[in-house]
Amino acid sequence: MIQINCQGLALGYHSALMRDLNFTVHAGDYLCILGENGAGKSTLMKTILGLLAPLEGSVTFGDGVRANEIGYLPQQTQTQRDFPATVWEVALSGCQGRCGLRPFYTRAEKELARQSLARMDMAHLSGRCYRELSGGQQQRVLLARALCAARKMLLLDEPVTGLDPTASRELYQVIARLNKEDGMTILMISHDTSAALRYASHILYLGEQVFFGTREEFIQANPGYRDRELKGGSLHGHDD
Amino acid sequence: MDMMIEKLAQYWAYPFVQYALVVGVLVALCASLLGVTLVLKRFSFIGDGLSHVAFGAMAIASVLSLNNDMPLVLSITVLCAILLLCAGQNTKIKGDAAIAMLSVGALAIGYLLMNVFSTSSNLSGDVCSTLFGSTSILTLTKTEVWLCVVLSAVVVFLYFFFYHKIFSVTFDESFAAATGIRAKGYNLLLAVVTAVVIVMAMNLVGSLLISALVTFPAMSAMRLFRSFRSVTLCAALLAVFCAAAGILIAILAGTPVGSTIVAVEILLFGLCSLLGWAVRR
Repeated sequence: MIQINCQGLALGYHSALMRDLNFTVHAGDYLCILGENGAGKSTLMKTILGLLAPLEGSVTFGDGVRANEIGYLPQQTQTQRDFPATVWEVALSGCQGRCGLRPFYTRAEKELARQSLARMDMAHLSGRCYRELSGGQQQRVLLARALCAARKMLLLDEPVTGLDPTASRELYQVIARLNKEDGMTILMISHDTSAALRYASHILYLGEQVFFGTREEFIQANPGYRDRELKGGSLHGHDD
Repeated sequence: MDMMIEKLAQYWAYPFVQYALVVGVLVALCASLLGVTLVLKRFSFIGDGLSHVAFGAMAIASVLSLNNDMPLVLSITVLCAILLLCAGQNTKIKGDAAIAMLSVGALAIGYLLMNVFSTSSNLSGDVCSTLFGSTSILTLTKTEVWLCVVLSAVVVFLYFFFYHKIFSVTFDESFAAATGIRAKGYNLLLAVVTAVVIVMAMNLVGSLLISALVTFPAMSAMRLFRSFRSVTLCAALLAVFCAAAGILIAILAGTPVGSTIVAVEILLFGLCSLLGWAVRR
């Protein structure tokens, strides 16, 4: 089942960052979007979410996916670090997209938020203050919020930025579990090529040479990547 | 103590005292509700900036010798608020610099206009009362009081109705926009309401002290509480208490109303910080 179909996409704000981008995402895929800084990864994500209109081409959704039903995990902002809010308030705000103009949450929406927190093993912390959690716990709360909005697909923007190796590994495992056990389609922007090669089923590489294909095809087409990764070096910088 | 109560009862008989109390409390309540969002969005100084814009607009109105300066002042202030709050991240001039330029610019132009085209014999007195709001809260008319009551009711209703959306947009604008909330629309609403409240508040504490009404209750509440809901409620309660206490003290002690309210706010902020520190230990 095709969930996203991008055809002849040209992306950018005023001038095009890239042209003629074609790729498809099927139900249950785990797509990693790799590329240098400034290659247009975030622009692509904004276009998929419908926050930015494509300059040319089209993004079409299938299989009952709609743009505002994609769970989105944005990069953390400075504002959030000292925001007075409980874990519960943050998670529940993921249901906001379902509310329309209704000012309050229904019982079903509260139940959904409760389940999402439980899926992230964060239910016991729901009364805690968001800013007092560790970086990894904060990402789990934001993931729970994204799950409230998501029906079939999650879009993650560099989810492990700023996390220590243990927290990163745990977060990758949580994401992989959502993909395998719950059948959630994952789209992830990443700088971390080694994790992309370990967890992803498909790779989209943005750069001068655009690549789209399965992980195996990517390794075959770029044998150098695996060698360099095995030596422990990261191909791209981790900062933005 | 008996004497104080007697004196208060005596003053209470005057309608202007009742008006001042009603308007003061309502304006402080509105400012504190908006303040929570503005402080968290890093726009603490917008109150200062916009009130200087309103001051500049009042100067223009007095030069044009308009009888009713409200429409002009309100429209110019709303326009500037929209420019500041809705410009977003992709502007050439960033938020704090934009506020600083607008604020100082409007203040300077306003004073210049009043100086060059002065019609009043007591210019510095006029400027001083616009900036510090020294007396105008005690000279409110019945119409102004009703206008203030209606506007406050609208602000409180809007805040209550859109509470969850305000939380969502304040906490994470890009997530809110991605899930289909019209984040830009809510920013616009916030800008308009902020401008209206600030023009209202100028009567009470004057341009210079509006930032205090916006920031102090929110910051004090954040010392004590950790959830958005309790911070909002606590800020509203603190604001109402400070405004009422400030006005009563000002009447009893004969001090300027605006500065007295701010002094009470500072005192309470100190207390809240101390209490928050003690609880967390």
